[in-house]
Amino acid sequence: MKEYVMGNGAIALGALTAGVNLVAGYPGTPSSEIIETVSKYPHEGIHLEWSVNEKAALEVAAAASYSGARSLVTMKQVGLNVASDPLMSLAYVGVKGGMVIVSADDPGPISSQTEQDTRRFADFCRIPVFDPSSPEEAYEMIQDAFDYSEKYSTPVLFRPTTRVCHAYASIEIPDEYSPREFEGFVKDSRKWVIFPRLSYNNHGMIEKRNVEIGKDFSAYKFNSHNAKKTSKAIVTSGISYSYVKEVLKTYEDVRIIRVATAYPFPEDFMKDSLEGVKEVLCIEELSPYIEEQILKTAGKFHIDIEVKGKLDGTVPHNGEMSTELASRIISEYLGADLVSKVADTDDAPELPLRPPVLCAGCPHRASFYAVKQATKGKKAFYCGDIGCYTLGNAMPLDMVDTCLCMGAGITMAQGFDHTHDDSYSFAFVGDSTFFASGMTGVVNAVYNEADMILCVLDNSTTAMTGHQPHPGTGRNMMGDIVDKVDIARILEAMGVVRVVTVDPLDLELSIRTVKECMEIKGVKAIIFKSPCIAITRPEKKCGVDTEKCINCKKCIREIGCPALITADGQVTIDTNLCTGCNLCAQICPVHAIGGGSHE
Amino acid sequence: MNKDILICGVGGQGTVLASKIIAASAMDEGNTVHSAETIGMAQRGGSVTSHVRIGEDAYSPLIPYGNADMILAFEPAEALRNLKYLSEDGVAIVNTVPTKPVTESLTETGYDGRKITAYLKDKCSCVFVDSDEVCAPFKSSKFFNIILLGIASGTGKLGIDKDTILKQIEKRVPAKFVETNKEAFITGYGIGEKSE
Ligand code: SF4
Ligand code: SF4
Repeated sequence: MKEYVMGNGAIALGALTAGVNLVAGYPGTPSSEIIETVSKYPHEGIHLEWSVNEKAALEVAAAASYSGARSLVTMKQVGLNVASDPLMSLAYVGVKGGMVIVSADDPGPISSQTEQDTRRFADFCRIPVFDPSSPEEAYEMIQDAFDYSEKYSTPVLFRPTTRVCHAYASIEIPDEYSPREFEGFVKDSRKWVIFPRLSYNNHGMIEKRNVEIGKDFSAYKFNSHNAKKTSKAIVTSGISYSYVKEVLKTYEDVRIIRVATAYPFPEDFMKDSLEGVKEVLCIEELSPYIEEQILKTAGKFHIDIEVKGKLDGTVPHNGEMSTELASRIISEYLGADLVSKVADTDDAPELPLRPPVLCAGCPHRASFYAVKQATKGKKAFYCGDIGCYTLGNAMPLDMVDTCLCMGAGITMAQGFDHTHDDSYSFAFVGDSTFFASGMTGVVNAVYNEADMILCVLDNSTTAMTGHQPHPGTGRNMMGDIVDKVDIARILEAMGVVRVVTVDPLDLELSIRTVKECMEIKGVKAIIFKSPCIAITRPEKKCGVDTEKCINCKKCIREIGCPALITADGQVTIDTNLCTGCNLCAQICPVHAIGGGSHE
Repeated sequence: MNKDILICGVGGQGTVLASKIIAASAMDEGNTVHSAETIGMAQRGGSVTSHVRIGEDAYSPLIPYGNADMILAFEPAEALRNLKYLSEDGVAIVNTVPTKPVTESLTETGYDGRKITAYLKDKCSCVFVDSDEVCAPFKSSKFFNIILLGIASGTGKLGIDKDTILKQIEKRVPAKFVETNKEAFITGYGIGEKSE
């Protein structure tokens, strides 16, 4: 059966074909569609979940793999930081059933905080990593990854990058597949309980084993070269391999060496591949990992070779690789002209920018605006977090002073409070992020007597990554309706002195609530509750009464809703975009706007 | 057959459906197809692109600069933004009706698409289409993506049989809109045939 799927879909189908028994993960671009694909294809007998965060996902999966089941864990690269605590230890303990951890890297970065490299993480944890260069390869390679994981009783990392995750291709999958039979957990505390003794023993064993895996990988089919006998070679990996092949479609005379398993490095393979080579160019994204391994290999075996890449400035350290960039670097390296002719647009008229903004009618806009109004003229810090609402930083709202990592807004607000006596500290966190890593921060605030206001922007979804369910939505990935985890009750139980839930689209009440909370000492929380407009798709529209409107443009200046536009000098509302949220109507000084849902 | 087709526009214009139909039709005719779409934050009123690569001879999921045989531009500025992808003998089918950035009301740029359209006319081989005009008989801008697809097909440079595309349209649009979409496609096809 042929399926036309995204790279992430190919990874999911590969895992299903490999008989995976349990799949867990946390959403994050570019990895989210893996779990979504599993849920769309038959998956009888497989436990599937969006876990509360990456650490939880990895731990759930670890127990499954201790029991001999095959498990798949999915996340984006920064999620691996969250999961690194269990992963470091699990690397020592090992697994029984195959366990593959997909950590999708995001060169650019296109939608991430960092340009970190999962291959380096694999080296740090001393576990193998696989690096597919296309969806087709990803489908095959993830099945191999399960086999290697079982063969060496170790979790393995699988590292696609954005362009592999989001590329579509046709994949041939079997008509039928089913989860594998497994033995079940066999108790053995010497094996499954991590103690210093076990770590000491296993550390030694792991280093020896990795030498074996490196040898094994030297024969792995995806580590390959094109056997051209040239003194110049290009070494590449992952998606960069696809770009290199694209550039060299018509140029045959250079050895191309491709490394699919960066760690443990297939040293023998590389040594053989460099036979007769005097100069290599390393084309890879993110860190110069393979480049460093080549330098190491050359040093170890006294190979006299010149190595070009990121370390000597030939290839940029930051940003994505592309066919264009590769063609320029390779042309220079080979002294050939492989750069495509492109229309010269130096004299082109200026292009309009289209920066991402909060959607028209987004309830987050109203929440930010309420806090902004309530704190007008007062000194206040606004700590943001990861999600759509980071866009609250844009003008005219300008309500995000910091954004660091998942959940950090809550704890950073405390740091500002402890170091500034004259100001108010606010933290803004979305509902999914609150569950993922916000809760411990609130306990910290209560315990350490912070004075802060937590604003939970509860839109009942994970909007940023494509609307995945989470503990507050009352649905899970097994298709079950479950009890909603109640954020207000959690906060009360944690000892937050005042917990209020308001509808942010009621502007006056929202402002009053913020002001009241500012009067109270201690940790206060306001839950701004209103559903994401992308899931509720409201039908009502607002309109401007041109008779009443004095064209003061206050509505536009204050909230920046994209549905508010000017046509021939008159402020009007684009009814294709407007959701009738009525926020602008509550701002208009002459009540010229009407027709919305909150009147 | 080897063909690279780039579809570009602004989030919400229906570019994805157009690219899905092209990809699926090319596959129906036995071709190997790869494609890639913009995903994530960029969708919210931002620039979007779909790259469709037909044929065995494609490695990068994105079309390399200077390689696209055709650009289907739902918006003039987006056509220019992606002009670097067009090959020397490629053709761009360009909607002349601009979509102003959603931030236009805050910082006015005065963008109206005219300068860009004029510039494109000199730079490459273009087929211009006014979406307001061609959509008028259908009383909705929703059908513009299919009209544009029809124009692309009508130029004869898509390399896919028009009946194959019509079958995919039948498969992919809701039943009650199939007839209107087919009409939209045929309308576009006529325009495409007459171009040049
Ligand atoms: S009611 Fe006003 S603020 Fe709300 S979506 Fe419509 S135009 Fe925007
Ligand atoms: S705030 Fe009211 S009066 Fe002022 S431009 Fe907007 S609609 Fe008109």
